[in-house]
Amino acid sequence: MNLVWTWLSEPSHYLGSDGILARSWQHLGYMVLTLLIAATVAIPLGLWIGHTGRGRIVVVNAVNGMRSLPTLGLLFIAVLLMGPRIPGDLAFLAPSIFVLVVLAVPPILAGTYSGVDEVDPAARDAARGMGMTSWQVLFGVELPGALPLIFSGLRSAALQVVATATIAATVSIGGLGRFLIDGLAVRDYGQMAGGALLVGVLALLLDGAFSLVQRLSVSPGLSAPEASSRNNQDSTATITT
Amino acid sequence: MTWFTGHVDEVFGLARTHLVLSMVPLLFGLLIALPLGWMARRVPRLYGPLIAGSGLLYTIPSLALFILMPLVLGTQILDPINVIVAMTIYTIALMVRTVADGLAAVPDHVTQAATSMGIGRWRRFFTVELPLAVPVIAAGLRVAAVSNVSIVSVAAIIGVAQLGSLFTDGFNRAFVDPIVVGVIACLVLAVAVDAAILLVVRLLTPWQRGGAAA
Repeated sequence: MNLVWTWLSEPSHYLGSDGILARSWQHLGYMVLTLLIAATVAIPLGLWIGHTGRGRIVVVNAVNGMRSLPTLGLLFIAVLLMGPRIPGDLAFLAPSIFVLVVLAVPPILAGTYSGVDEVDPAARDAARGMGMTSWQVLFGVELPGALPLIFSGLRSAALQVVATATIAATVSIGGLGRFLIDGLAVRDYGQMAGGALLVGVLALLLDGAFSLVQRLSVSPGLSAPEASSRNNQDSTATITT
Repeated sequence: MTWFTGHVDEVFGLARTHLVLSMVPLLFGLLIALPLGWMARRVPRLYGPLIAGSGLLYTIPSLALFILMPLVLGTQILDPINVIVAMTIYTIALMVRTVADGLAAVPDHVTQAATSMGIGRWRRFFTVELPLAVPVIAAGLRVAAVSNVSIVSVAAIIGVAQLGSLFTDGFNRAFVDPIVVGVIACLVLAVAVDAAILLVVRLLTPWQRGGAAA
């Protein structure tokens, strides 16, 4: 414990291009970049699957399959196969982000799909009966109704990405994982455990932030007391590495 | 795949430790989650804290948890005990909620019937409620088992040998074959464990087989 505390309480460890602050930003940067790419793919696809009801089996299998894939192996294969074809620093970063995106898509897809799927059929029928077009039903009824579960999917994806980005430090990308891997290399347990503590705190903070957004995203029409059972639909992170 | 034919023994040896490192924690985790889930169900005031608390444990990234274990346990970093305890924590994190949900899914009229037949609380739990909760608990256990198999491989980074060692060895030599073999071995192991749990559930729930259920 003392080793960790000594490492964490040394001010010089926080500053500079390889300090704790810079590494934390880097870690968050990987996460934001990954989530943006993954959401661009997964949310429209999930909306389409939920809206049309086509391809459900694909979603279920993608989520289950992803759970059993060892991320470390996937990461190494991607770096070894893609790396040599990419110039400079990107040789490690691009394959890592690629793997992170691959891991982030299924939870977002599943969240979006089940969010749309679980919209009250009565609300959908009422919207149709009022003469709304298919697009209006999608964006006016299904999307707002699906938001909490979409955020739940983004939350699982974010945690998965934070965990895997930590592991990705083994293929020499930045982020907080550097402290864990570099500390291991030089047998500096203080640095390793200090970094691990920071990664854990980062994950907990993100989890809290996402759960707040998730709660706030419940459509006002649905947060009425009788519909409050939806708030329990909190499919918390089921995928971690 | 010539690499595999030359290293069959090594792969099987690693697969055996991989199985131990992922399944022993599954068993421990389930045994600890059962009373916790039961408490969450019996004492409504504890439900929120227990479910939220166990959920939070699952958010901690695996590599970080492995590395933090020596701080808590006073072990050496290379000690496989770290991995066993960390995986047990993940299993508990997933299973407390499932156990509570499974027990909640037991119909009230069944427990009332058992009570009115004079079956005491403990006997009722083990002979009525727990068996009826098996299908729900098993569904959660399958998820935990499969994710345990994949998470354990991360422990190769801190030097605990199992199938993940094929990833680190292959990567250090820039040689893809062992990594691919390792990934496939992990997938096969996950499928096998999943099938084994399904089989056990089938044996434990004979009433679900006859087709026309009550």
